[in-house]
Amino acid sequence: MTVATADDRFGQATQLQLTWWRFRRHKLAVISLFVVALFYLIAIFADLLAFSDPHATDARRSYIPPQGIHWFDDGEFRPFVYGLKGVRDPKTFKIAYAPDLTRKLPVTFFAHGYSYNLLWLIPTDRHLLGVEGGQPVDGIFLLGTDQLGRDLYSRLIVATRISLSIGLAGVSLSLLLGVLLGGISGLYGGIVDTLIQRVIEVLRSIPTIPLWMGLAAALPNTWSVTQIYFAITIIISLVGWTELARVVRGRFLALREEDFVIAAELAGAGQLRIIFRHMLPSFASHVIAAVSLALPAMIVSETSLSYLGLGLRAPAISWGILLQDTQNVQVLAGAPWLLAAAVPVILVILAFNFLGDGLRDAADPYG
Amino acid sequence: MLIYLTRRLGLALVTCAAISVLTFVIIRLPPGDFVDAYIANLASSGSVVTAEQAQSMRHEYGLDRPAVVQYALWMQRVLRGDFGISMMWRRPVTEVIGDRLWLTMVVSFAALFLTWFIALPIGIYSAVRQYSIGDYVATMLGFIGLAIPNFLLALILMYAGFRYFGLSVGGLFSAEYLQAPWSWGRVWDLLTHIPLPACVLALAGTAHQIRIMRANLLDELRKPYVVTARAKGLTERHVVLKYPVRAALNPFASSIAYLFPYLVSGSIIVSLVLGLPTVGPLLLQALVAQDMFLAGTIVLLLGVMTVIGTLVSDLLLMWIEPRIRLQGRA
Repeated sequence: MTVATADDRFGQATQLQLTWWRFRRHKLAVISLFVVALFYLIAIFADLLAFSDPHATDARRSYIPPQGIHWFDDGEFRPFVYGLKGVRDPKTFKIAYAPDLTRKLPVTFFAHGYSYNLLWLIPTDRHLLGVEGGQPVDGIFLLGTDQLGRDLYSRLIVATRISLSIGLAGVSLSLLLGVLLGGISGLYGGIVDTLIQRVIEVLRSIPTIPLWMGLAAALPNTWSVTQIYFAITIIISLVGWTELARVVRGRFLALREEDFVIAAELAGAGQLRIIFRHMLPSFASHVIAAVSLALPAMIVSETSLSYLGLGLRAPAISWGILLQDTQNVQVLAGAPWLLAAAVPVILVILAFNFLGDGLRDAADPYG
Repeated sequence: MLIYLTRRLGLALVTCAAISVLTFVIIRLPPGDFVDAYIANLASSGSVVTAEQAQSMRHEYGLDRPAVVQYALWMQRVLRGDFGISMMWRRPVTEVIGDRLWLTMVVSFAALFLTWFIALPIGIYSAVRQYSIGDYVATMLGFIGLAIPNFLLALILMYAGFRYFGLSVGGLFSAEYLQAPWSWGRVWDLLTHIPLPACVLALAGTAHQIRIMRANLLDELRKPYVVTARAKGLTERHVVLKYPVRAALNPFASSIAYLFPYLVSGSIIVSLVLGLPTVGPLLLQALVAQDMFLAGTIVLLLGVMTVIGTLVSDLLLMWIEPRIRLQGRA
């Protein structure tokens, strides 16, 4: 038996292990990995986590400020929220709803609520937390409500689904285009390379938002939410692929000259075998890093377009659509909790950027 | 040098042509053509256009010809400076746009300079002191800048200004200069209003530039010549600033070509939030009202101005960076 020294450990480690060791050194990236995973879990179990139907409007609930859940009642663990009561304003005669401190509504775990399919398969109406009984107006308003009386927390949770998936869809499309065109460009070189590089340069020198706005505004009003969703995905990935193509091409060019590739060539390996068996494993990590940096850009694009009213349209719920309510500063001054929709956007983008940064540092563990 | 110049100019022309084609596509994308929209517009105000009149109008504007011919006709008019009539405002498009295009460029350029001014020193510091507290703070701040989409930042500033100071932070001019003709006073007023939108715009770009500078410099610092320089007993300041920083500056500088379009793009949406009199709000209005000549012209002019702006900054860089001249590449 020999005692493994530190040198042996590095010498014998696989590339994946080396990459992981390097990645672990970037603490923020590791934390971000968990944050991103958490967000995707939220997206998957969105309906379970939501308190009330994100589409259900109720004029009486309009602009209710955030109300916390009281976890302890008289020192015992008995979570409750206060019910709402209508108070007639003596001047305007309008009924305003405010918490009724005399009515405590018990909050139950796995309560019944609106029906949905868990994991798109199992029909259920259970929600992690909920209020059972009480009047129709009652509910948990962790982040308050919007003008139409929809619970902002539930809407935010459900919006995670579209906002995160549109990023993934956009990146997948960009990746396809980027790897294909970047690969062709780097592999064949010559006139094809020049042509693709010029196209990329042209695309990158055009300001994107006006272009997107123009394209998005041209989408017919009659289209369904799904059609718009895919159209927006295509629009945002039209420009997004250039960066990925650049990375792929750069890697191809760099690796083409490497000794191990020449060795494989001399050994008589076919071109496809060289690409997939020898080159791809050594630059996959770079592509993954580029992808995780492209994702937040996609999410911001969708958010911006929807915020402007040119992206997804209601009844679709995305972070951008929720932020539309904040466009009017007067409304915002009266209901500042509407800004809560900005928090997940910032968190996710931050997490993806740290993750991408960590992955990029780890992509080349031999440096 | 000359080769580089011709190549650069050629590319700019090709880009402009590509933008014009894209613009034309955008103008033609909505269902129905310009005459349909015009007739609908007239009908809403009571006048009636006969089918014959409509047909003759279509003929006059060449709308009954193939798309390629239409594009050529449109380009002909555009090159003569005739961008058509804005349906929404019933005035020539150029008149509607007015100063807004220049103001867009002024704001974007201000943001560009600010970005450079902040990113360069922080980038160098971050690389030289990698994984130090300062590096983490700079990276952290940079990332936060990157993570907050600039329209959200503008929104938060607007809200804070409104809520805590009871003032509106938006706009590019004070009330008394809003409609006033250009004068030194108005220029000064503009200058005092620019820092806020410029900062909002610059933040994200700065974060990106810091990362580029940091990554490039880190690559350079690991190279053997740095060790040699240090071994020869040069001061640390000299070792870093004299060679690796210069080498790392090249990719940093050439990223300007992508930074400027990005800033122009950002200025559109920030203007909407902050109520700046740039082309941003006008573009949104035009798109929502399907005023396609106005929208198309804005997209076209914005694209072309961006290309020119990038070209100018590239030429400036060439003057600063001799290697670009010699290598013949940006």
